Amino acid sequence: MSELTDKSAVRASQKLADADKSKEIVVRRRNPLKKHIKLNWQLYAMMAIPLIYYVVFRYIPMAGNIIAFRRYRAGSSVLGDEWSGLKYFNQFINQASFRRVFKNTLWLNVSYLAFRFPMTLAFALLLNELRNIRWKKFVQTVSYLPHFISVVLVAGMIRELVSASGPINNLLESLGMARVLFLSESKWFTTIFVTSGLWQSLGWGTILYLAAMANINPNLYEAAEVDGAGHFRRVLHVTIPSIMPTIATLLILDFGSLVGSGASFEKVYLIYNPMIYEKADIISTFVFRMGLGSGSYSYATAIGLFEGVINLVLLSVANFTAKKVVGNGLW
Amino acid sequence: MKNISDQELLEKSELHKKAAESRESARRYQEKFIGKTMVPEFQADGQKLKTANELVIRRSTKKESVGYRVFVVFNNILMLMISLATLYPFIYLVAQSFSSEAAIIQNKVSIIPVGFNITTYISVLSKGDFLNYYKNTIVYAIIGTVLSLIFTSCLAYPLSKPLKANKFLTPFVIFTMYFGGGLIPNYVWITRLGLKGSMWGFLLPMMIGTFYVLLMKSFFTNTPKELEEAGELDGLSKIGIFVRIVLPLSKPIVATMTLFYAVLYWNHWFNAFLYLRKPQWPVAYYLKTIITGASSAEPGEVTAEKMQIASNVKSCAMVLMVLPIICVYPIVQRYYVQGMMLGGVKE
Repeated sequence: MSELTDKSAVRASQKLADADKSKEIVVRRRNPLKKHIKLNWQLYAMMAIPLIYYVVFRYIPMAGNIIAFRRYRAGSSVLGDEWSGLKYFNQFINQASFRRVFKNTLWLNVSYLAFRFPMTLAFALLLNELRNIRWKKFVQTVSYLPHFISVVLVAGMIRELVSASGPINNLLESLGMARVLFLSESKWFTTIFVTSGLWQSLGWGTILYLAAMANINPNLYEAAEVDGAGHFRRVLHVTIPSIMPTIATLLILDFGSLVGSGASFEKVYLIYNPMIYEKADIISTFVFRMGLGSGSYSYATAIGLFEGVINLVLLSVANFTAKKVVGNGLW
Repeated sequence: MKNISDQELLEKSELHKKAAESRESARRYQEKFIGKTMVPEFQADGQKLKTANELVIRRSTKKESVGYRVFVVFNNILMLMISLATLYPFIYLVAQSFSSEAAIIQNKVSIIPVGFNITTYISVLSKGDFLNYYKNTIVYAIIGTVLSLIFTSCLAYPLSKPLKANKFLTPFVIFTMYFGGGLIPNYVWITRLGLKGSMWGFLLPMMIGTFYVLLMKSFFTNTPKELEEAGELDGLSKIGIFVRIVLPLSKPIVATMTLFYAVLYWNHWFNAFLYLRKPQWPVAYYLKTIITGASSAEPGEVTAEKMQIASNVKSCAMVLMVLPIICVYPIVQRYYVQGMMLGGVKE
């Protein structure tokens, strides 16, 4: 305030007076909505185009899910031709290949979570123990890098690394073992899926933990030290309890996305092949083949909708739980 | 936790030359443990991070147990191994891309190039196709990022204000994160809009990321209100305040968003697959075609030689695609992590 020049001070006080006056008038009019819009119309105008975007590119396709209940043929209206009831749902529920992709999705997600969760936490704790700040920064920088890489590249790397003449097979041979066609044998798929996932997400996953650790009051450590706690006890009794809310929130929310297959679609699609469908085919790749591959649009939409609804329910339950238990959820 | 009398505490803290703070903090520490409420004060700011790191350094000057020293050695070796394992696929690609075909066929390449040459690069780059795809990617990344930044901030800023409509606009936006039209309804709709075969079919479906909107929104929420009020007093309009006062204060989050979106567009291939014609392909989709094309035929069917040549070229194309990201990434990484924390991913 003290830095205002005389002129601007005068102007400011005038503005204030004006504002008061207009407020009075509006109050007399007793129309708070009109006042609110008059005051904020520019903000609403800013939002207009993005909000229209959400309607056109998010909500209309959402409504397009209705073709799961209506027959859609190429060239018919976006919302389908005629009602078909639950025909398409009955079709896939009774199909063996649907049960297979459902099982695969669940299995891959569970295996991935079982490794990713503890390893990310451990990696964060170990990173936090590094003393040399530059070294720590370097490890962080390197481990975040794969997060920025295109799935196409990840798939390309996987294919190169595990190919019949790739470095992994070279290593196996030098150890006196036979070469393995990793991408042609379904038993290897889970391993490839989980390992490549860890490679890509381990570092990035530590960010939230490290942020939580950085927020721990340093006095707690000092006090623990005064109490005679060694390094390990400090981790056990200060670090871990302090980041418990973060751990719990992330774990609960992870459980909420166990049936989701959308996030893995691109990677799986780029590395699987008919020889390993038995283990590698997941809901989203199945939807893709049924829909855009064989042109059964309504059928594929029904499967996609089924998965989407399950996901929504699971996530809501997970979020509710996280809020109740930890007091910290997604929304 | 054992109880310690004030007298003892004082002695110990003097011993550690931290007399000033320790007594207070020790008391707080004990209180917290007795109360069993070890909830950290959640405030995300970069400053805190620094002090915590400094503390770690200070701590390291203390006497250390043998067990701890063993752990430090083990930990450093482990971190080194993780770093190397993370970098190895990149190293392998680079090595392969510079190696001679003969060396790759004989399985000689693992870390350093064998039979060093740059003819692969020359042949890949001299084909008009590749440069065209590369150019497309750059165009898409620039146009897409600029538009995304504008729309995202234009949505995030008003959402961060206490507007009446936000009570239902915020859930309206957030809901799309958890439910949406699936693959088929989206495809049908975008096609119906006539976007197939145009660049907008690639760009529009991913123009606004809801997660990024929320990130930006929570950043704007934490912008000091006083400055905005001062702007209002100076006669700036709401949009004026946003452009002249809020945006200049938001460099970290804008930098973060720029990177987020640029990387998103740079890496994306699926929309290109669905909606673009061959001359319009971005390099990511071109890469997809050579990666899956070359090895979808099973090893038995393809002669060894053919496959090796392909991996030569594949590696080269992959290196060229990832190069800009690797070059820019170390510089902007700081902003990225900072922005993530400043935005406070949760709430």
